[in-house]
Amino acid sequence: MTEPLLHLSGVHTHIGPYHILHGVDFAVPAGELTMLLGRNGAGKTTTLRTIMGLWQASSGRIRFDGSDITTRSTPDIARSGIAYVPEAMGIFTDLTVRENIVLAARSGPVDRNRLDWILGLFPALKRFWNLPAGNLSGGQKQMLAIARAIAEPRRLLLIDEPTKGLAPVMVRSMIEAFRALKASGETILLVEQNFYAASALGDHVVVMDDGRIVHSGAMSDLVADKTMQQRLLGLSLDAHQ
Amino acid sequence: MSDMAAPSTAPAELPRAKTDWLPLLLVPALGLLALPFVGSPSTWVTLTVAGLAMGMMIFLMASGLTLVFGLMDIINFGHGVFISLGAYATLLVLGPLAGWALEDSIGLNLALLGLCILVAMGVTALAGAVFERVIVRPVYGSHLKQILVTMGGLIVTEQLIHAIWGASPIPIPLPQSLRGAFVFGDIVMERYRVVAVVIGLAVFIGMQLLLNRTRIGLLIRAGVENPEMVEALGYRIRRLFVSVFIAGSALAGLGGVMWAFYRQTLTAGMGMEVMVLVFIVIIIGGLGSVGGCFVGSILVALVANYVGFIEPKLALISNILVMALVLIWRPQGLFPVARR
Repeated sequence: MTEPLLHLSGVHTHIGPYHILHGVDFAVPAGELTMLLGRNGAGKTTTLRTIMGLWQASSGRIRFDGSDITTRSTPDIARSGIAYVPEAMGIFTDLTVRENIVLAARSGPVDRNRLDWILGLFPALKRFWNLPAGNLSGGQKQMLAIARAIAEPRRLLLIDEPTKGLAPVMVRSMIEAFRALKASGETILLVEQNFYAASALGDHVVVMDDGRIVHSGAMSDLVADKTMQQRLLGLSLDAHQ
Repeated sequence: MSDMAAPSTAPAELPRAKTDWLPLLLVPALGLLALPFVGSPSTWVTLTVAGLAMGMMIFLMASGLTLVFGLMDIINFGHGVFISLGAYATLLVLGPLAGWALEDSIGLNLALLGLCILVAMGVTALAGAVFERVIVRPVYGSHLKQILVTMGGLIVTEQLIHAIWGASPIPIPLPQSLRGAFVFGDIVMERYRVVAVVIGLAVFIGMQLLLNRTRIGLLIRAGVENPEMVEALGYRIRRLFVSVFIAGSALAGLGGVMWAFYRQTLTAGMGMEVMVLVFIVIIIGGLGSVGGCFVGSILVALVANYVGFIEPKLALISNILVMALVLIWRPQGLFPVARR
């Protein structure tokens, strides 16, 4: 297994009086795509937000590329090379598509070749380049959110449920885009409820339940074992195809 | 701002954003509607220029507050004190340079006004930094506490003004060249009001350029909508918050100077007295929208002038009436700002 780029060990997170994460441990290998699965309320989004510092871990350690980022501020974590696409997408709807991407490129103008590559992944965005992002459909907003995350080279992408609520054709487009991202060597931690999408993309899988990691291993093993799917996720892959 | 052109593929097919012209048309529509009721065209022009000048002064006083509310989600009832402080700061210049106000030299008079503005903006920026650190920062996220403590801050600062400059109203001289009026036939335009229009327009254009053509402006607009996401992109929103609060206070100081010379009398409560108008225009404009604040200020001032001339008894309620009508039409204000 490749040396992990991100490593969570014994992470607990409290939100107000609620204890959400109960000692989360898992690793994200560099250059591969790790799926984070689990039912609603399992703690997947909280895990991503804790990694980003949007909610502080109350104990445990988060290491990114060998550095402890547990107590760092969100901007510092982002500057260390982690991009985050929240479940609600976080699009600035009053800003144009162009301005959303300009803002994401902190170090200066977006490289023209990279921009063409991004718009090759998400061609629909070209049509709305100078329009406020609020005019985009749900799927196009999701594309913009991911395009914004990769406007500059990042070391790790955290993406929360990118296919949620999307039409099947849009889900297939997303899967193709993630395949292209994988092929370019991006390291991705992807939260997903759509097991079809997850199984089509994931190299590794981490399954959460009730704020705990209940399984971690190769995605191919989970895909091959319907009994394990039923036990961990309460479903079989066939049901989602 | 990073200059990024359209993508290299098929640039000709790219559509442009639509501008929401409807609220902008309200101003000329209102003017045309008032013309037959006012009767005399020359009186109408005089009323319109006076209304525009008043609108610009209200805009100067309100623009900082709408940015602070939009970006920081802070209800600053103490904003009025920066208007008063800005007004009193003119004394720091008028004390040693009082002679410049009496000189019949447009250069010296404008230089005096410019110095007053610079000093007032400096004083109120500094006061804003202290106000944010001491009074506002401990109550981020709690609107009720913000109202209470910023009101408290306003009262304390007003008393400080009394302690430093005394409780009696202080007359200040309008610079010689800015007195009187330009007369074109039957049309009379007070010189100072024309200066107020020019300064208000310059500030508005400057703010529009800053917000739409610079990276800091993009950050402010994005931060108004979703500050958490701005942080997740790697920007330190807290610094932006503080900078905007300081800039908002400085703008209030600038508004205070213009208001002070218009009234030619200083009182500690002069900022608080205009806060109702300020709140009305930022609500009409759409909380957080500088363009909306600009249009709202002009609308409110023009309506007050026209109604005051046509039916003086209705003048007192005209602002509330404008606000009610706008909110019935657009409940989020003329230019609603998307919020988290």
